[in-house]
Amino acid sequence: MDKAWIIARRELASFFDSLMAYILLILFLGFSGLFTWILGSDVFFINQASLQAFFSVAYWSLFFFIPALTMRLLAEENKSGTIELLLTRPISDWQVINGKFMGTLLLIIIALAFTIPYYITVANIGNIDHGSVISGYLGLILMSAAYISIGLFASSISNNQIVGFLLSLSIGILFHIIFGVLAGSFNGWLSHVFNYLSLSNHFESMARGVIDTRDIIYFLSIIFIGLISTEAVLKRKRM
Amino acid sequence: MDIKVENLSKLYGSQKAVDDISFVVKTGEILGFLGPNGAGKTTTMKAITTFLKPDSGKIFIGNINAIDSPQEVKKKIGYLPENNPLYSDMAVIDYLRFVAALNGVAKQKIDERVLEMVNVCGLKGEKHKKIEELSKGYQQRVGLAQALIHDPEILVLDEPTTGLDPNQIIEIRELIKRIGRSKTVILSSHILAEVEATCDRIMIINKGKIVANGTAAELRKHSQGNDLIIAEIEGNVSRDQFYTALAELPHVEMVDFLSDSGNKFEIQSTNMSATKHDIFDLCVKNKWYLVQLTPIETKLEDIFRELTLN
Repeated sequence: MDKAWIIARRELASFFDSLMAYILLILFLGFSGLFTWILGSDVFFINQASLQAFFSVAYWSLFFFIPALTMRLLAEENKSGTIELLLTRPISDWQVINGKFMGTLLLIIIALAFTIPYYITVANIGNIDHGSVISGYLGLILMSAAYISIGLFASSISNNQIVGFLLSLSIGILFHIIFGVLAGSFNGWLSHVFNYLSLSNHFESMARGVIDTRDIIYFLSIIFIGLISTEAVLKRKRM
Repeated sequence: MDIKVENLSKLYGSQKAVDDISFVVKTGEILGFLGPNGAGKTTTMKAITTFLKPDSGKIFIGNINAIDSPQEVKKKIGYLPENNPLYSDMAVIDYLRFVAALNGVAKQKIDERVLEMVNVCGLKGEKHKKIEELSKGYQQRVGLAQALIHDPEILVLDEPTTGLDPNQIIEIRELIKRIGRSKTVILSSHILAEVEATCDRIMIINKGKIVANGTAAELRKHSQGNDLIIAEIEGNVSRDQFYTALAELPHVEMVDFLSDSGNKFEIQSTNMSATKHDIFDLCVKNKWYLVQLTPIETKLEDIFRELTLN
């Protein structure tokens, strides 16, 4: 774990060095601020002390931002050959992947931490349901983690960052929209399967304040499968 | 710590990149790994550093099997990969700290080691610069510094001097020689002079097979072909007469004019020392002046060409 943490710190530092982190923070806070306070069905429009508006904006903006963050994680290393330096150091493939995962997740958590003032402000205007806010934030973190692990996998496949970006966005769209749509257009057990696979269902119930172990297991499985597949790709490349 | 490679093979598709090679490198030895491009040098090195998994064969670092326990082996190896990949967006000193931490250098020793490497590799003035801002020579030094940072017992350097200017090449060679006294070093190159100047032993590999293995002197001895002598003679006869006189000597296979005018000849002989004496005696007998008599060693280039061109 210690070694993975070294990788995570480097990744996080490199997000800030390359301005990527600042661009993400500005865009994310700009969008979520705009839609939470000023535009559309904002807090004042729905006249309720809740962060529902913020959660649904964050749900969409993170979906687009995360592939942009993850696309270079392994593609760049594959291309420049630094992957060889990394994997010939006394560190396992799994630690490398884990470190990159944690570094990116940390950046998302930092971005989310900057939105805590929204929570404090709304809590001061009216009676907010603290439980649903906490479970909503947890949902956002779990969703981000799932997309980061998908993004890592997409990035490991080729040494082209654009391929990494598009692939992770395409896999993401399956979970974000398509499984949900398919669930509606089938009946019986197939509908149940797609319903379970649809990420939006799991996220929405968490954003409403329901923490169900089934949702947690769902997110953790995506994360785990993503990371395991990335490890398999790395192994395969060295055969 | 020795490196022992036994019957190593590696296939890319149906092509054999490395074909059943075995060799040993002893502690304190610098092994020069020579071969044309695509001969299997890099693949062998990647297998030793555990980056690539060989299809068959064994690799031992000391007594540790590199294929069964890669994590143990990786701690002992410092590696400079081909083309010297680096995180170009990092500052030199941050990068070295990062690699030191990855290599498991104790926290309180990291700064000390980084500083030492900065001094050893001559990076003092550049340590706060970003790697991408450095010239190729300095980048190469950073690559060497990261390979040495954990004071590994084994060094694997894949073409350590590509892209350097002659002064830098000499500096890096000196550095490798100095470090190599106490470590086991494998370095690959296709520059023959470099290998000859730096290495204790030379191994030539072609099409995945070892075609020669020994010191430079041993390789010369084994190579076929005649010895070459350059002779320059002055006297009161025409150059054609020198030519015929030289050509008639025993053991001489061929005589060539080295320039259009002047009396400089290249003489191929089957017996170097006899011919040297014969030429001297010939000149004494005819009262010619022998101005130059230079035995030319078989060049490593020729051995290399002979072994790798089929």
